[in-house]
Amino acid sequence: MKESSHFVHKYLRSSKRFPHIWCAGCGIGIFMQALIRVIDKIGYSKDEVVLVSGIGCSSRLPVYVDFNTLHATHGRALTFATGVKLANPRLKVITIMGDGDAASIGGNHLIHAARRNVEIVSFVINNQVYGMTGGQSSPTTPYGLKTTSAPYGNLEAPFDISRLVEAAGAVFVGRTTVYHTPQLERLIEKSLKKDGFSMVEVLAQCVTYSGRWMGLASPVEMMAWQRDNAITVEKAAEMNETELAGKVVIGVLVDRERPIYDKEYGKLAREKLKV
Amino acid sequence: MSPRMKSRKQSQVLLQGNEACVRGAIAAGCRFYAGYPITPATEIMEYMARQLPEAGGVCIQMEDEIASMGAIIGASLAGSKSMTATSGPGFSLMQEHIGYACMAEVPCVVVDVMRAGPSTGLPTQAAQGDVMQARWGTHGDHSIIVLAPSSVYEFYELTIQAFNLAERYRTPTILLADEIVGHMREGVSLPPQGELEIENRPRPTVPPEWHVPYGDPGTGVPPMPAFGEGYRYHVTGLHHDVRGYPTTRPDEVQALMRRLFSKISNDFERLQWCDSYFTEDAEMTVIAYGCVARAGLQAVKEARQKGLKVGLVKLKILWPFMRRTITGITESSRVILVPEMNVGQISREVKRVNQGSCEIATLNKIDGTAITPGEILSKIEEVYR
Repeated sequence: MKESSHFVHKYLRSSKRFPHIWCAGCGIGIFMQALIRVIDKIGYSKDEVVLVSGIGCSSRLPVYVDFNTLHATHGRALTFATGVKLANPRLKVITIMGDGDAASIGGNHLIHAARRNVEIVSFVINNQVYGMTGGQSSPTTPYGLKTTSAPYGNLEAPFDISRLVEAAGAVFVGRTTVYHTPQLERLIEKSLKKDGFSMVEVLAQCVTYSGRWMGLASPVEMMAWQRDNAITVEKAAEMNETELAGKVVIGVLVDRERPIYDKEYGKLAREKLKV
Repeated sequence: MSPRMKSRKQSQVLLQGNEACVRGAIAAGCRFYAGYPITPATEIMEYMARQLPEAGGVCIQMEDEIASMGAIIGASLAGSKSMTATSGPGFSLMQEHIGYACMAEVPCVVVDVMRAGPSTGLPTQAAQGDVMQARWGTHGDHSIIVLAPSSVYEFYELTIQAFNLAERYRTPTILLADEIVGHMREGVSLPPQGELEIENRPRPTVPPEWHVPYGDPGTGVPPMPAFGEGYRYHVTGLHHDVRGYPTTRPDEVQALMRRLFSKISNDFERLQWCDSYFTEDAEMTVIAYGCVARAGLQAVKEARQKGLKVGLVKLKILWPFMRRTITGITESSRVILVPEMNVGQISREVKRVNQGSCEIATLNKIDGTAITPGEILSKIEEVYR
């Protein structure tokens, strides 16, 4: 080891009793480091960043990092984040949610946050399972997969979170996996720099549960699956639906402009205050 | 006794109860409102939407009441005094986040303009069925402060007090109004802003590295910095240690729970707010709150004309229950009558503190219509011997 202290340590809460709660081989830590790298690269001050999360494995992330951190309730991170951003628009508000968190119990908040377009950067760490509670089906669990809550196979079709958020009106939507770390960092950077509501869906492995249910016994196998099944947006444009079945389209899915709620409200308030 | 506004008479204005609530909130410093339309509380959001931008605040209509409650917690953490308003069904949806605000000690005000329930119930008619829900609606052991206005002016006054208590104790405070108080219009004279006593949350007086986010400074209420001010700390609904980090250590859990209770229970003496009428020589006392207290006062006046020694105590704070005040009444009265628009949510508390020394009579109406002075008077005549 050349470095006596890894640069991410600057952003970790040394007073917090590590180790973290994540299993060995979990994909969430890769995302955490990518997020820290990008925040460091852009140069946000620790004081201006607010990290808001829901409940679940990925939502435990904020406690480990030295920002203003808000570990909210299951599915409701975006509602807390909306209040923080509107009360102090100078803050950089980031939410971290899991797939069950964002697309099941918090599905309504997700689509309305995208529609309303308050400037919040959200990351949905999709491991296709409820990990913290022990491997139950989530809204992104593949059809037919056996889980602890679907012992005879999952009878439900999975959500495409990115397309849902795109349809709801998000100005920036990206998707990648924790295998594709350079792209992950690029998407995090783009979303942080984007004005308005942006969302990046990050496919991450849950070795303990979804990996086991899928017959992928190790983190290496699961990340190899991410490598082999990811298709870039450009390549996907040339493929038909049958060819795309079971694949994960990665890259920038949407990048557009729409009126931003907090900026519009600021304009309105300034006009009213002048009167 | 309730801190009355020392009001120099201003010119009278005609206000609806819900509008008076908004005036009170803005006077108290409320600068963030999140809500969802629901009868009979909708006017609060409508007035807020009009008035908050002019006051330099933000009013947002959220996708539901869960989101509204989440948003006001977020805004309060970012430094704004925040409020939401709703009625029965929406109040049910807010319960999880009310518990979060108790646990994470986030000051905020929740207005429940009560309508008849359960479920969708009678959206346009009054009731007082949410008294116990306001106390115990969220899961887990917790303390809570609940105020109940009985007039348009009181709705204004108690909204200011709700903010003061929320800020003083860093706790959610619930304002339990009812459809009658919310929708009635009365002429009121509001005191000038300069005469109001406005409290703000305790603020850290030490640099960030010395600040202990959930420590006990002696009052039980830790100082609260806003996000972005340099005091980076962790906020969670999990049990946490003094630094705010999750813990399962029994000694730390116990210390947190004890502090959350004691910061309010240590101040019970300051939280005995009621107004007494004709109680000096009363052999019988009517205990009422909200819209029923209005009918109660008229009934007591008519009873006095008939020579009956009856007084009225109007409760302005329902929770924590005013044990000391009520015990005093049970000791000085032969009989107590508790009229309420539910099947006996406060009368049960009165019975609990009575310890058998006094007869407790009840008058309960649950058909969506108001209890009239005549009904209370008949009951007074029936039980006054």
